[in-house]
Amino acid sequence: MPLARRSLIVLLAAAAFAACAPAGAEELRPYTVVGDAIPASLTGTRGDATRGRALVVERSSTCILCHSGPFPEQAFQGDLAPNLSGSGSRWSEGQLRLRLVDAAHLNATTIMPSYYRVDGLTRVGNSWRGKPILSAEQIEDIVAYLVTLRN
Amino acid sequence: MRVAACIALLTAMAGAALAAEIPLDQRRSGYSFMSADTKAMQDEDTDNPGMLSVLDGETLWKRKAGTADKACADCHNDAHVSMKGVAAHYPAFEKAFGKPVDLEARINLCRTNHQQASPFAYESRELLALTAYVAQQSRGVPIAPGDDPELAPFVEKGHALFMQRQGQLNLACANCHDDNWDKKLAGSAITQGQPTGYPLYRLEWQALGSLQRRLRACITGIRAQAYDYGSPELVELELYLMSRARGMPVETPAVRP
Repeated sequence: MPLARRSLIVLLAAAAFAACAPAGAEELRPYTVVGDAIPASLTGTRGDATRGRALVVERSSTCILCHSGPFPEQAFQGDLAPNLSGSGSRWSEGQLRLRLVDAAHLNATTIMPSYYRVDGLTRVGNSWRGKPILSAEQIEDIVAYLVTLRN
Repeated sequence: MRVAACIALLTAMAGAALAAEIPLDQRRSGYSFMSADTKAMQDEDTDNPGMLSVLDGETLWKRKAGTADKACADCHNDAHVSMKGVAAHYPAFEKAFGKPVDLEARINLCRTNHQQASPFAYESRELLALTAYVAQQSRGVPIAPGDDPELAPFVEKGHALFMQRQGQLNLACANCHDDNWDKKLAGSAITQGQPTGYPLYRLEWQALGSLQRRLRACITGIRAQAYDYGSPELVELELYLMSRARGMPVETPAVRP
């Protein structure tokens, strides 16, 4: 095999290995669960409810694949999970935060993914490995929006 | 011993994670979730885009290939007779490998062993066409794979994969296709994942595609690493799904949204 080709393969293998290694770069911020809630903001600041709504209806965030809600402009919403209308009446800000961060903490058999967790997962695809589904900032924006959904 | 431990583990896992397998009398083909228009497209051969591949496959069936200069028809004669019911029994146990192979792999084994030709690539026009042609001969025949006792451990492996949560979204096939098939994901029917009509024409793909392609798309959907085409895992999943669909009629070439 030509040397250049071999070194390319070594390089590719190294890149593949780097991609497979747990990402240290995306260090999750620590948080404290109190009862069934995470009372403190993950970022130390309050999120932006407008950005939060935009995130909730964005397909790649995955929320409305399963949930429906007060989004009349959205033709395609799921019915696998509770309607998000009234979330802010049903749950406190801290309860909503834990449900987004790690719903499995409250119910091990839930189908709701843990949006701020990278451990305990199996065969995560290369593009997503070592990354949480949502960033701390995105979670705070969504929490800020959900608390406004009152009956 | 190992198998027994495996089965015990699976039973424990199933107890913890799964509500229940779908009762026989509640099983439904993906067909039953479709709109009247899409159903009509599947029902009428002249409207079914999958039939173009079937016709392609018929041509390939009769065309000589490889160093042996043999056509499929030279050994198997009239596919309407020789291939009737065959696809309903796949994946089947391949003694030479000691593991199951799906219909695509069987066709490629025929090519390499008997025609002495190079195998077709997965999802190539030719492989899909020949597979569709062969499978179409089983249209209406009840699905019946997995009778071979040697297949049992592979069915179990497929079942375990079906139950295994994976990916960034941490979901198992069963979470949707056993437990929530009557619901909607972003407005679309989830369905039970019964593989009754493969290869099938998907409007979303604008093409015919294999069950392996569908499985890979679902696995990517939960943000897990898709298994490679031809990998044992995909064949085991195919085998489990076909055994789960036992008795349901073959629809190839089906049309799906």
